[in-house]
Amino acid sequence: MNQLELETLLEKVVPGGVVTRDVAGDLVLEVDAGQWLEAAKLLKDHPDLYFEQLIDLCGVDYHTYGESEWIGQRSTFSGFSRAVHREGEAKGDSLAERYAVVVHFLSLKHNHRLRVRTFCPDNDMPLVDSLCSLWSVANWFEREAFDLYGIVFDGHPDLRRILTDYGFVGHPFRKDFPLSGHVEPRFDPEKGRVIYEPVTSIDPRTLVPRVIRSDHRYEVKSPQSAVEKE
Amino acid sequence: MREMHHYTMNFGPQHPAAHGVLRLILEMDGEVIRRADPHIGLLHRGTEKLAESKPFNQSIGYMDRLDYVSMMCNEHGYVLAIEKLLGIEPPARAQYIRIMFDEITRILNHLMWLGSHALDIGAMTVFLYCFKAREDLMDCYEAVSGSRMHATYYRPGGVHRDLPGQMPRFESARRSQAEIKRFNRARDGSLLDFIGDFAQRFPGSIDEYETLLTDNRIWKQRTVGIGVVSPERAIALGFTGPMLRGSGIAWDLRKKQPYDGYANIDFDVPVGVNGDCYDRYLVRIEEMRQSVHIINQCVTWLRSNPGPVMTDLHKVAPPSREEMKHDMEALIHHFKLFTEGYCPPVGEVYAAIEAPKGEFGVYLISDGANKPYRVKIRPPAFVHLSAMEEMVLGHMLPDLVAVIGTMDIVFGEVDR
Repeated sequence: MNQLELETLLEKVVPGGVVTRDVAGDLVLEVDAGQWLEAAKLLKDHPDLYFEQLIDLCGVDYHTYGESEWIGQRSTFSGFSRAVHREGEAKGDSLAERYAVVVHFLSLKHNHRLRVRTFCPDNDMPLVDSLCSLWSVANWFEREAFDLYGIVFDGHPDLRRILTDYGFVGHPFRKDFPLSGHVEPRFDPEKGRVIYEPVTSIDPRTLVPRVIRSDHRYEVKSPQSAVEKE
Repeated sequence: MREMHHYTMNFGPQHPAAHGVLRLILEMDGEVIRRADPHIGLLHRGTEKLAESKPFNQSIGYMDRLDYVSMMCNEHGYVLAIEKLLGIEPPARAQYIRIMFDEITRILNHLMWLGSHALDIGAMTVFLYCFKAREDLMDCYEAVSGSRMHATYYRPGGVHRDLPGQMPRFESARRSQAEIKRFNRARDGSLLDFIGDFAQRFPGSIDEYETLLTDNRIWKQRTVGIGVVSPERAIALGFTGPMLRGSGIAWDLRKKQPYDGYANIDFDVPVGVNGDCYDRYLVRIEEMRQSVHIINQCVTWLRSNPGPVMTDLHKVAPPSREEMKHDMEALIHHFKLFTEGYCPPVGEVYAAIEAPKGEFGVYLISDGANKPYRVKIRPPAFVHLSAMEEMVLGHMLPDLVAVIGTMDIVFGEVDR
């Protein structure tokens, strides 16, 4: 089965799912958080899809998607500045729904892959159904997404933190969590144990500013403009 | 006195058989394991978050430090994802160099695995034998990148430089001439000659390891029937690589979804039958033999096909030093590449390679900036470790060590 047949089959099998192709031709299926478990079940059980293996599951925070730290438009008359403006850090108005869960499926039988994505409707309490009942492997991946992004998986048997320290506060991979963290550990010789203090030894700095440049080579390739051409 | 049935035991995180920093909370019924809860994250460095704050190329070095016994394979996965995003392909010579070093890395990894696995179960000699062979391969790493382990050799669009024409030689004032001559035996020619010589003698070394282990009564008692995983469970648990093949499923990304010229390479995929520790051992041993076979094909091809090892797209690849000296555009490209990096198109890609431990995948999200918006690394050992509890339930405590060994875990990539 080629990509095109798979695309039409997906549209038929998963009602309400939106099938798109990404830059490199990867198939992406986007579903509502409400149908997450139901869609996953269909993908697993349909004989022609048969995604028996869940390869990867991860959380994504689209909070600052498409924001650059360094605007180059004014450079023609005022020159470039190496300084990065920080007051507008993590504006986060670009998307109404911040958190997404992305799963990569693989079918060993048919040798095809699929990426499935859903956005969590509530930014304050991101919640989706757990896939643990369908794929045992989802267990740790969901714990990881919970730990790093605070996405809660409904129906998960044992949703604990997995990667961060015992007693860690916050979700470190969220875009509004600073790279240097909030606390740093230090051995206190007087108390004779390791203590946590607010970060003082690391200054926030940007060695290379984040810039977005429009590139004519890629504009032709993007799917939107290809559709416009047709 | 109260009669005790179950008791809780703490294993690790500082235990030689924990392969790094694995902490296990075990519930024991005498010597039998009733529950095992792995605590990981003691080596969590936030590689994925760090990568978000750097231009694409600056994170290649972090990939070496994920699975620090199969360095170049991790780089390959990351570089492949960037190339997929940019829609570029490296020149043929670079592809063959990558395949050759991927297989060298596979042997490096399997030797480390074999040595430490055998040491955990009680065979000391194998460990020493394996590390002797690893030395030669690390010299290959050093010859090509200047670094024995963390090479940063693969770049988007190719590899950093061509293979050196002269293999570095030993020199020492403290050693005798005869000794130095013995050390330099295979080092008279180029790196390719050295690798070719290694590929000639390494099958003999594998035979030695097999003499020590394959029919060894103690080895078989410790591995046969231990940690059995059925093919159905192996799929449900997300196993990849030798863990999946050990359960009898012939799945290898190099064959099924070939990347970077693996389609032109001839090799076989070994599979196990019973899905126990012993079968996984046999699978990995055979994989080393197949790797030697692949290395031989690459050496032959690379000898007769000189050419560029880096794409000439200077948005991604730096121009040559010579060019920079007389061409202003080249100098500008070089400066922009190393100060700002490059901006790939908006989109998301997932690229996976067959790393020695299983499928190593990189999921990249780009919003068109010079830094990745999100990097997700799919580490094989993380998935395998999550199946730990299922594999050890009902086994005795010493079998736990055999199961940790057979999973081939490295905490650099489990914790990232």
